[in-house]
Amino acid sequence: MTDPVLETRDVCKSFGALRASRNISLDLNAGEIHAIIGPNGAGKTTLIGQICGTLKPDSGSVRLLGQDVTGLATRDRAQRGLGRTFQISSLAMEDTVLQNAVLGALGATANPWRFWKDVLKDTDLRTKAEEALHRVGLQDHALSRTAELSHGQRRQLEVAVALTKEPKAFVMDEPMAGMGSEGSKRLTEFLDELREQAPILLVEHDMDAVFALADRISVLVYGEVIATGTVDEIRSDAAVREAYLGEDA
Amino acid sequence: MIRETYLNALTLGLFVVIPAWALIADEPFTITLMTRAAIFAIAAIGLNIALGIGGLVSLGHAVFFGIGGYAMGILAYHAQTYTPLAEWPFLIDGTKSMPLIWLVAVVVSALAAFVIGTLSLRTTGVYFIMITLAFGQMFFFFTISWAEYGGEDGLSIYVRNGFPGLNTLAPIQFYGLCFVILCLVLLFTWRLSKSSFGLALNAARQAPVRVETVGLDPTRLKLVAFVISGAITGLAGALFADLNRFVSPTMFSWQTSGEIMIFLILGGVGRLYGPVVGALAFVALEHWLGGLSDYWHIYLGILLLLIVLFGRGGLIGLASGKAAVHD
Amino acid sequence: MSFLLLIEQVLNGLQFGIMLFLMAAGLTLIFGVMGLINLAHGSLYMIGAFCAAAVAAATGSFLLGLVAALAGAAAAGALVELVVIRRLYDKDHLDQVLATFALILIFSEGTRWIFGSFPLFLNVPDFLSGPITLPGGIEYPLYRLTLIVIGLLVALGLYMLISRTRLGIQIRAGENDREMIAALGIDIAKLYTIVFALGAALAGLAGALVGAIQSVQVGMGEPVLILAFVVIVIGGIGSIKGALVGAILVGLTDTLGGIFLPEALKLFLDPSTATSVGSSLASMAIYILMAAVLILRPAGLFGARA
Repeated sequence: MTDPVLETRDVCKSFGALRASRNISLDLNAGEIHAIIGPNGAGKTTLIGQICGTLKPDSGSVRLLGQDVTGLATRDRAQRGLGRTFQISSLAMEDTVLQNAVLGALGATANPWRFWKDVLKDTDLRTKAEEALHRVGLQDHALSRTAELSHGQRRQLEVAVALTKEPKAFVMDEPMAGMGSEGSKRLTEFLDELREQAPILLVEHDMDAVFALADRISVLVYGEVIATGTVDEIRSDAAVREAYLGEDA
Repeated sequence: MIRETYLNALTLGLFVVIPAWALIADEPFTITLMTRAAIFAIAAIGLNIALGIGGLVSLGHAVFFGIGGYAMGILAYHAQTYTPLAEWPFLIDGTKSMPLIWLVAVVVSALAAFVIGTLSLRTTGVYFIMITLAFGQMFFFFTISWAEYGGEDGLSIYVRNGFPGLNTLAPIQFYGLCFVILCLVLLFTWRLSKSSFGLALNAARQAPVRVETVGLDPTRLKLVAFVISGAITGLAGALFADLNRFVSPTMFSWQTSGEIMIFLILGGVGRLYGPVVGALAFVALEHWLGGLSDYWHIYLGILLLLIVLFGRGGLIGLASGKAAVHD
Repeated sequence: MSFLLLIEQVLNGLQFGIMLFLMAAGLTLIFGVMGLINLAHGSLYMIGAFCAAAVAAATGSFLLGLVAALAGAAAAGALVELVVIRRLYDKDHLDQVLATFALILIFSEGTRWIFGSFPLFLNVPDFLSGPITLPGGIEYPLYRLTLIVIGLLVALGLYMLISRTRLGIQIRAGENDREMIAALGIDIAKLYTIVFALGAALAGLAGALVGAIQSVQVGMGEPVLILAFVVIVIGGIGSIKGALVGAILVGLTDTLGGIFLPEALKLFLDPSTATSVGSSLASMAIYILMAAVLILRPAGLFGARA
């Protein structure tokens, strides 16, 4: 068994009296989609923040490709191969779709320090950006302004920007949110293939998508992982049914 | 409604036609006014890189304008009094050569921008505004207490500095020099806005989190923008000092910072030609309104207020019918 | 350097700091509640001083002048809030800076138009003029001591207002959660006007009080405004306590630096160099203090938000 691509070990984080993460240990292996589900306020956003480097855990560690990255900034984790998409789109809204994708490719080179040459005429960056747009199906919108995209298209662009970096692992925060059923279906198919390229840690509310995609599911309740297992194991887990699914069903 | 490109060409055309007319009609004062406009435009283009592209609301750009001015003042003062600028660690003389003065102005402004930027960028938003304003005031009071270079009274330089092959005392020749620099700075800014750095900086303004997530450091991008911005405004300061043959602490005052920002707002923030249109409009207003009333700042204030409340695209935005920066 | 001189300079620094506090408190309150950066706060300081000088000259009463300063600045503040400022709350900082900068231009030129360019003078009233002997035999101007007392009383009053009154509860609610106060059925528009007028009145009071020891002229407000910004950066935005501590730190640093830095440098340098280097350094002392705070605590000494 090889090392997991992405791993958290005993991660703890408190905000005052609120314990948002309690000894969370998770791992993400090559080729899999590992979904994290849980009710609102369970600490999913806090967990993602710690994995991606916007929050620092009080204790515990985050490891990427076998190396401890707990002390690294978000951008350094990105340079080491962590690709992230946001729950609330954080794209450069005034820029074109293509410019956003090129920014992703530029980020991968870690060298924005060129002041004269037109970046859109850089064949390397542009090819990567256009390939990524093509893969998510946004190639016809390359020259549209990002602000003009629909909600779902912005999600696709989020994924495309992450793709340009050819990451070693994806962390996706509710990529399906706000998408129509057609959009979710297409994105589900796309993520299904994507796991071959790099494993995905998927935080998602859309249970149809989770059950269709996930190799493993972890259930987070009150900052604690109460269960981890395959789809079937989670469906039949009594604690999960009581704590979470029971509320919905 | 006029296409923005035509409007830009028209503006640059005015910078050619008006001085040409003034030369033929023998109106040297108009040439001086146009020189003033060109220099203000350069200063505001500098600010536009930090503010328009990088989103850094700096109310302290007078620092760089003043440093450029004092670079000229101090170097020329030592040259005209035949005193060395420094004797230790090695002998440094003053100079009356514009290219050398510009080099010093750009380098020192860039250094100051690096230090101020490093400190100010530890914060964001309203803190950043207050801190840049405060650093401007620090330089203002420092020059007032700097008795060696005239203190509050400033420094007069009796003969305009020289440029190889030109008679800089002829208004049109000095204007030509400033105009060429304006064009070069415009060209540089245009390339910059389309370059890798421009793309990343533009994104750092709109979505710093995104820039961080793709693996770049938004603060570092903004710092570099601030340094480039300060250097360009510093160059304008050196030219302004040579236009007036005089430097004083006023160049460092908060009003100067405010005025540089006004040039930008009048024309349109974030637009390549915004600072150029704004500086031209400001000089025209200053000339005409100033002729009508001693209290023309009241009208300027009202105009500014109207632009902020009702027309965010500045004059270019109003004329082209597009409030947004990008097409 | 005698001990008595030290005490006197500390009192001067305290007095200066307390006046800065009156400015900074209004600014920080307005920022905390409305999220507005107000460059025109210095204009309100100037308006207070001019109202006091004009009314005191006409009536011969300093106290009436003070009342006029408070009323005039509060009225000007309320008017500006109603006409311009309330259109700025949901705009970005750049717009706020520009619009309030435009207000400075309008106020400064307007005042110059009405009163001319020459400074007005506001005299210290007879019953407060002359020195007073403090315990320990220190002679200190009664008026300056009065300023310290008034400033401390205002600080106490503000504390009581914010912690004990209904208005204070609304202000604190406004700082924490804007939607919340709407939900509580508070008239936000009215609350904002009151807070702005309150800040303006504090600035006007400071302008009038300082006007009696300096000249009353156009442009007097902006240097104080910028110092008040330094105070806020040091104290932390939105914190009245931070404003008080920051103001006193800045007041003491500026006053004591100007006196003691040249003296201290004389230990190492010849007297004339020491004086010139010392005064240059002293002019930068508070900004160096600000830079130090930025390096150690970017959100300010008492700031919650970065």
